[in-house]
Amino acid sequence: MNAAGGGVLSITGLFKEYRSGEPVLKNINLEIEASGVTAIIGPSGTGKSTLIRCINRLVDPTAGHIIFRGEDLSQLKGKALREARCHIGMVFQEYNLVERLTVIENVLCGKLGRLPIWRPLLRKFSDQDITRAFDLIDSVGLSQEFASRRADALSGGQRQRVGIARALMQEPSLILADEPTSSLDPKTSVEIMELLDQVSREREVPVIVNIHNVDLARRFASRIIGMSAGQVVFDGPPDALQDTHLNEIYGGEDWQA
Amino acid sequence: MNRPLQIINERHWERFSSTERIGRSAFYIVTVVAFIWALKKIEVIPEFLYDAPEQTADLFKRMWPFDWKFYPDNIHPALIETFHIATLGTLISLLIAVPLAFLAARNFTSNKTLNWIAQFIFVSTRSVNSLIWALLFVAIFGPGALAGVLSIAFRSIGFVGKLFGEAIEEANRGTIEALTASGAPRSMVLVKGYWPQVSPAFWSVALLRWDINIRESAVLGLVGAGGIGVALDSAMNNLYWDQVGLILAIIFTVVIITEIVTSSIRSRIL
Amino acid sequence: MSHTAVGLRARPAAFLVHWPSRLAWIGLGLYVLYAAGQVNVSWDRIVSGMPQAAKLFGRMFPPNLAADKLDLITTGMLETIQIAVIATVVGVLLSLPLSVMAARNLSPGWLAAGARVFIAVCRSFHPVIVSILFVKAVGFGALAGVLALIVSSLGFIGKLFAEVLEELNEKQVEAIRSTGAGFLNVLIMAVLPQVFARFIGLSAYQFDSNLRNSTMVGIVGGGGIGAALFTAYQRFDYDVVLTILIVIIVLIMLAELLANNLKKIFR
Repeated sequence: MNAAGGGVLSITGLFKEYRSGEPVLKNINLEIEASGVTAIIGPSGTGKSTLIRCINRLVDPTAGHIIFRGEDLSQLKGKALREARCHIGMVFQEYNLVERLTVIENVLCGKLGRLPIWRPLLRKFSDQDITRAFDLIDSVGLSQEFASRRADALSGGQRQRVGIARALMQEPSLILADEPTSSLDPKTSVEIMELLDQVSREREVPVIVNIHNVDLARRFASRIIGMSAGQVVFDGPPDALQDTHLNEIYGGEDWQA
Repeated sequence: MNRPLQIINERHWERFSSTERIGRSAFYIVTVVAFIWALKKIEVIPEFLYDAPEQTADLFKRMWPFDWKFYPDNIHPALIETFHIATLGTLISLLIAVPLAFLAARNFTSNKTLNWIAQFIFVSTRSVNSLIWALLFVAIFGPGALAGVLSIAFRSIGFVGKLFGEAIEEANRGTIEALTASGAPRSMVLVKGYWPQVSPAFWSVALLRWDINIRESAVLGLVGAGGIGVALDSAMNNLYWDQVGLILAIIFTVVIITEIVTSSIRSRIL
Repeated sequence: MSHTAVGLRARPAAFLVHWPSRLAWIGLGLYVLYAAGQVNVSWDRIVSGMPQAAKLFGRMFPPNLAADKLDLITTGMLETIQIAVIATVVGVLLSLPLSVMAARNLSPGWLAAGARVFIAVCRSFHPVIVSILFVKAVGFGALAGVLALIVSSLGFIGKLFAEVLEELNEKQVEAIRSTGAGFLNVLIMAVLPQVFARFIGLSAYQFDSNLRNSTMVGIVGGGGIGAALFTAYQRFDYDVVLTILIVIIVLIMLAELLANNLKKIFR
């Protein structure tokens, strides 16, 4: 990856331990460019999820700096942190929608960070927001009639699309995806990764994906970061990923799941 | 709970571990001992026991037929008042208990002191019966429905708060995480993340408590806190057993109707 | 993506105004205003009661710890506990066969119907009212209280345990039955394991409930600490009232703690 367009996210010296003496992340240094899908691969427990969650502070780093839009995310608190989070969209493995709300309400939830409280309370969203929500539902591949369906009436793939629409509603500068396909069947997984790739290209937003499936990573990512035991052991384009690297990441021939 | 249900140890099968067995045996032994102790200590006056059947028969004879003409002027307004006491009391308790429940829920409020204070309020309001609350409020505000409403309200805070607090703690963590990650402030996370998940539980608990409160409001009048209990008290003091019979029958009917209504609504919510 | 007026009109409405619930909320608001007026409940009255409340608390503090009072209170509390224990044990034992009779999957229709009516009657009356009736029948004293609470236990455990039994997993019972086991064996090996934990839970809850209620039945003559409480109250000995209240609260908190730990042993 060339350093075109400048880095959007700059991680330096990131270090995290849940229990002292047992670090989960050891000295991570990364620069994320302003476009493209970056896939983080590695076995379970190696800190992939922790790394992603440190970025938007769902997990607090023990040490290190995360520079995003000119601010160090690791130092922010309260209102400033919320402000920063407004610009980072996140997609989850378990979709994390509000089950009892409709699809359109879930998508509109993406803007909660920027609306005065009376709007969601009385459900009086501006026409602009509602139109944008409908457009997003469209663009993630769901037809209009889904808008008023309850979230728990949808299939896994459909829910994840809503999750992506919700993240897009924030107009984010960065999208994080924590194992977005691990709860989906193979075909739907491909569809979702395609969607993330498409979103990244069309809207020029960098996407960082945490993923188990190496083939999917190779297919859709423009940059692969391999982690093992809390450290980055590979960083480069998919074609540079050789079996030797995979052995190092996953240990032995076990990566061939 | 991540305990194995059985302990299989080298061909020796036990359904419960030894600590569990000791615990269970201790429980049975203590229960039996307590029962026997209680039986020995309790005072029963034999003479009263002998003519019990006679007394009971006499009582029922005096209650029937009911004194129907007593109804319109004396009972009907009292009945309505009982209804108001139960409903207003329940509503007031909801107003107080819901915010406290959010304070008590460990996933919403991380401050342990606040958790503890809210839980303490719940336990203490639960431990005092509505009748006893009524004694206090009658002493402060004088006899009448105001004392009744406040008694119902205070007693219900603990009940509602505990059950609703538990419902809040069972809210899906992931959903809350997602909303927090998008930069939403706490108030929004509450309105759009917690509330949709816990609202069925809220209505269910509210209806349940209202049902119980109808029952409780009927007796508060015995200590002067308004409602049909007042009519019951005076009828009993004057030994007008046919009126007593009527009042009991009315209470029974109202309770049954309320219970049927609330159970059918609650089963539809959940 | 176009944002033309035509495009907007073609969209389904995002939020439909749910008229029934909106009306219900308005109705509720109106009711509250009406009822508050009817029973004369207003913020002013509450506020004007504050000085009186302060006076009351002033007379309650400090709690009366005189030896003779404490004696009286101890006797009363012990009696309260005794009433609760007996009522719970007897009530639990009696409600077992009662709930089996009321379970529609375990007993014939007519019997189940009859048992359910009986349970409904037991539940409908507040323990205080039932105590009054028993006081008339068997005289003042703890016996009336015990009987009243037995009735309330039958109503509570009878109903809830019958529901537990009705939710029995038939397949497990069938499986044991197909091994040729007799009714009692089926009961022990198939039915009991499923329901025992719930039964203990219900019994513990009922003991807690009986303990709370037995603090009250004394007010109408059913024995226990209620009588001492009421007497002190009527004599304006508010400091004694406070002592008794504190003892009651402590007792009930302990009972709750016990019940919670019990659940851990029995799961």
